[in-house]
Amino acid sequence: MILVWLMAILFAGGIGAALAESRGAEHPRAVALAAILIDLFLVILMLVAPDSLGLGTASTVAQLGQHGEWLVLLKAEWIPRFGVSFIFGVDGLSLMLVALTIFLGLIALGAAWGEIKQRSGFFYFNLLWTLAGVIGVFTSLDLFLFFFFWEVMLIPMYFIIAIWGHENKEYAAMKFFIFTQVSGLLMLLSILMLVYFHYSATNVLTFNYFQLLGTKLPANVATWVMLGFFIAFATKLPVVPFHNWLPDAHSQAPTAGSVILAGVLLKTGAYGLLRFTVPLFPDESVSFAPIAMTLGVVSILYTAKVAFAQNDIKRLIAYTSVSHMGFVLLGIYAWNAQAVQGAVMTMLAHGFSAAALFMLAGGLQHRIHTREMDKMGGFWGVAPKLSFMALFFTVAAVGMPGLGNFIGEFLVLLGSFQVSIIKTAFATMGVVVAAVYSLIVIQKVFHGKNKNNYVMADLSAMEFICYALMMIGLVWMGMYPQTMLDMAQPALQGLGVVFPR
Amino acid sequence: MLDLLWLVPTIPLIGFLILTFTQGKLSEVPAGIIGAGSIGLAFLVALLAGIEFIHSDAPFFSQHLWTWMSVGSFKAGFNLYLDGVSLVMMFIITGIGFLIHVYATGYMHDDPSFSRFFAYMNLFVAAMLMLVLGDNLLLLFMGWEGVGLCSYLLIGFWYTDPYNGYCARKAFVVTRVGDASMAVGLFLLFQSVGTLNIQDAMQLAQAQWPTAGGGTGLATAVTLLLLGGAVGKSAQLPLQTWLPDAMAGPTPISALIHAATMVTAGVYLIARTHILYMLAPDVQYLVGVIGCITLLMAGFTALTQSDIKKVLAFSTVSQIGYMFLALGVGAWNSAIFHLMTHAFFKALLFLTAGSVILGMHHEQNIFKMGGLRKDLPWCHWLFLIGTVALVALPFTSGYFSKEEILGAALAHHEGGYMLWLGGVAGAFMTGLYSFRLYFLVFWGKKTHDGHEVMRWNLQGPLVVLAVLALVGGYIVIPVEKVFPLVHEEHPSLMYQAIMIGLPMLGILVAWLVYVKGVIDTKKLAGSGLGAALHRFWFTQWGMDWLYDRLFVFPYVGLAKLNKNDFIDSFYNGTAWLVLALHGLFSDHQTGNLRWYSLTMICGVLLLVSIGVFL
Repeated sequence: MILVWLMAILFAGGIGAALAESRGAEHPRAVALAAILIDLFLVILMLVAPDSLGLGTASTVAQLGQHGEWLVLLKAEWIPRFGVSFIFGVDGLSLMLVALTIFLGLIALGAAWGEIKQRSGFFYFNLLWTLAGVIGVFTSLDLFLFFFFWEVMLIPMYFIIAIWGHENKEYAAMKFFIFTQVSGLLMLLSILMLVYFHYSATNVLTFNYFQLLGTKLPANVATWVMLGFFIAFATKLPVVPFHNWLPDAHSQAPTAGSVILAGVLLKTGAYGLLRFTVPLFPDESVSFAPIAMTLGVVSILYTAKVAFAQNDIKRLIAYTSVSHMGFVLLGIYAWNAQAVQGAVMTMLAHGFSAAALFMLAGGLQHRIHTREMDKMGGFWGVAPKLSFMALFFTVAAVGMPGLGNFIGEFLVLLGSFQVSIIKTAFATMGVVVAAVYSLIVIQKVFHGKNKNNYVMADLSAMEFICYALMMIGLVWMGMYPQTMLDMAQPALQGLGVVFPR
Repeated sequence: MLDLLWLVPTIPLIGFLILTFTQGKLSEVPAGIIGAGSIGLAFLVALLAGIEFIHSDAPFFSQHLWTWMSVGSFKAGFNLYLDGVSLVMMFIITGIGFLIHVYATGYMHDDPSFSRFFAYMNLFVAAMLMLVLGDNLLLLFMGWEGVGLCSYLLIGFWYTDPYNGYCARKAFVVTRVGDASMAVGLFLLFQSVGTLNIQDAMQLAQAQWPTAGGGTGLATAVTLLLLGGAVGKSAQLPLQTWLPDAMAGPTPISALIHAATMVTAGVYLIARTHILYMLAPDVQYLVGVIGCITLLMAGFTALTQSDIKKVLAFSTVSQIGYMFLALGVGAWNSAIFHLMTHAFFKALLFLTAGSVILGMHHEQNIFKMGGLRKDLPWCHWLFLIGTVALVALPFTSGYFSKEEILGAALAHHEGGYMLWLGGVAGAFMTGLYSFRLYFLVFWGKKTHDGHEVMRWNLQGPLVVLAVLALVGGYIVIPVEKVFPLVHEEHPSLMYQAIMIGLPMLGILVAWLVYVKGVIDTKKLAGSGLGAALHRFWFTQWGMDWLYDRLFVFPYVGLAKLNKNDFIDSFYNGTAWLVLALHGLFSDHQTGNLRWYSLTMICGVLLLVSIGVFL
């Protein structure tokens, strides 16, 4: 039940926040904070003391066969006529992503705290509903249910961009919506095809993930069905050439929106590939892997180059996100222990580093009302704390050993090298171009001279706490990644990744 | 005390954390005490641990801290590994590092970012210690990247000048090219032997890789890729272009990072993995060739520079070339020995140059100096000591190490003779460019007044370094258990005379040209061939020019060209098409009955005529 509670609290909190606005503009954010804190408490409990919640492990697994270790599994009928049911479950992988979602929800709340003044009730409603949708995506194990939550997380985010965004928000929001909607439609078609073929083979109409696993599709159809899933998730991740919604959405979204987009929403794409695309279509994925890995490498290098040319700081960071997600794609399709673990680590670490960088960029925009780096410079002199944080998270994003992103990228490359030497060699060049675009940001914004004599407040206590938390997270991931690796391993084994001793 | 080895890198790290999180609120004295004190303390611990290690007579000592990561068959631990080589490196880093830190408390006096400077310096020392103490290549790589980051931060320390930022970025990016190569090397090594633990990997490689026929492709590939990392970090051909620009940083940085420690990391890496290189003799010889060419090229370039720090920078490139040469002929211990003596005299030279720069009110152009013997007596004598050690006059520290290297080259079975020739030619060049610098700064006609800046923390460390530079050659480094034994073959008297005589000849030429004025250098550099040669040497054989055109300009150009991401135009084009079609069709929805009936009739006629004619 705890998973339902996690979502229900957010859904209810969202409605509560919307209603609370009539009592004053300050009230919604307090309601939202309460909801997220309760969730955070629950998820921490799940992480550190699963026994206290009576979470089942081995007994439930036994009924489900060899599908990894499910910490929680909940099953109830929904629309029995069509074989649709409520199946929620978390294994180590889902749980870490749920924890990341709630944690970054808190960070996003911190980012919105002083920034969102208008229609705050509706804003926090959307924020909490997006988070609830994402948690649903990370925990649903019924494809119909999964698709439902896929949509739930999209629409509130559309509103966040369209209402509280910047100068070109309608365009960006619409683009985000169409990209996600069209690719979602492809996924829906694929789900229906899969269910149909399963039905015609077994006479059982079901959307149950576990039952659909291992469904044999006619060879010519299978590839297309797999591609439907792949494109939906690749658009979300995003992967070149499906990435164009992202720079616009990011640069136009309010800070909290960017934090959730970069930190969490992108990971749903990676999660989908890991949980659904590859396990549902193992053979097709093997033959598709060279193409997917190539797309990953192209993403890494191509968007790094585009990022370098940007003048809008948020756009630049947005492109770097695509570049980093290229490593995730490369790792997932290399499909060995190191590569997939690396992909998971990159997802988590990038969740922190990108969220922090977008928050910094948003914070800068809030202070000086521009995102153009040409106008900036020398901010180290006026806001040393903010600059230090920017340096730290930039360095993390460059892949400095000792911080989480390095572990992810290193493991991805180590694993993918065993699959393709050439592609890995090109992907490794990504660390050079990452240095090129990252350091130019530091130079243009924080070093050099403060040409326009901007004066700005340094970090507030609230901001400082947010960054410090993410900093601790990245150092932990970098110095003792075993915590996360151990958690993900049984889940990944359940998905079919082989861990040789 | 040996169990406290983990404290050696930890103490500087704590210093870094304190200095960072006090956010520059500490005043100079406590910041200096924390900054320099942490390194002093680390040196003390290292000393005690080192003495115990030497007395224990064990070949190595290892300490397991925690498992960094374990994924499937890949395991890497936070394990420290101390043997003769890492011991020497640890002493150099903490010992020389401490002296430079003390000097820096004087040099950076009154700088508004005093404590930020020491924060970065401490982080650097911590990272450098991880580099030499890690028992696996991944931990080494962590230190490797860490020192690169600190190098970047410290070159661009005075960040308001965009030029410093440019130099810092260049250093980081160029070395990262090497790092990428090294990373691929690690992947390949892991794929073939299944571990990145240095000792295990070397043993497994020795057992598994066939050695017949000049080594296997695998050994060649791994060592070449690692060499890529080494030439990047150690500023050897073809990735040496960043080091001269790195001189934009404060002078203590140049002494610590870009002379004594970080730039020698490549030498350490190759020495550390020497068994792999012995399995790939061709690559090992290539190391020597690279060293030989680099030392000559840098020597010529040093001869044309006008900035006191840049002369020393090229001299560093050149001296590291000697170390590579030593590695190439299998004189592993001589390479480490020269690494140590070089750390003594080059740190001394850089810091003294820093004192000269202070004394000349931040003037670095040697042509605006001259005759400073009287004004700056301390600097003069200290600089002279450093220079004679660099030139390797007999009984100075540089003499012992360089003589060992050249002797080993001579004794090397095949191809060693060529390397030896390059080495002695380089020794002549060293004498020439070093004393050119010395004479131009301290002799000749005085043009500008200098004022010796006297502070205990400036002169104190210099005196210690000067003593080391003079007598450091008598130190015996405990590496005999690490490296295979080399047959000590003393070269014949004639060769010895050449090796001692050529540097002196260089000094003589320098004296004739720059003191006596036998040849007018301005005229020489002004004439056709001379000017061309001068420009060629001055620009490091045009390599910056070439790289700009090969890599930088095309990359920047392409990026600028595609700023708006051409893929986007496909989607925008689709949107435009939809809108256009929408416009086209909605234009027909006029609500005008006559128009509707007309088009209907036209359509019917069209269909009928199609039916009739087909």
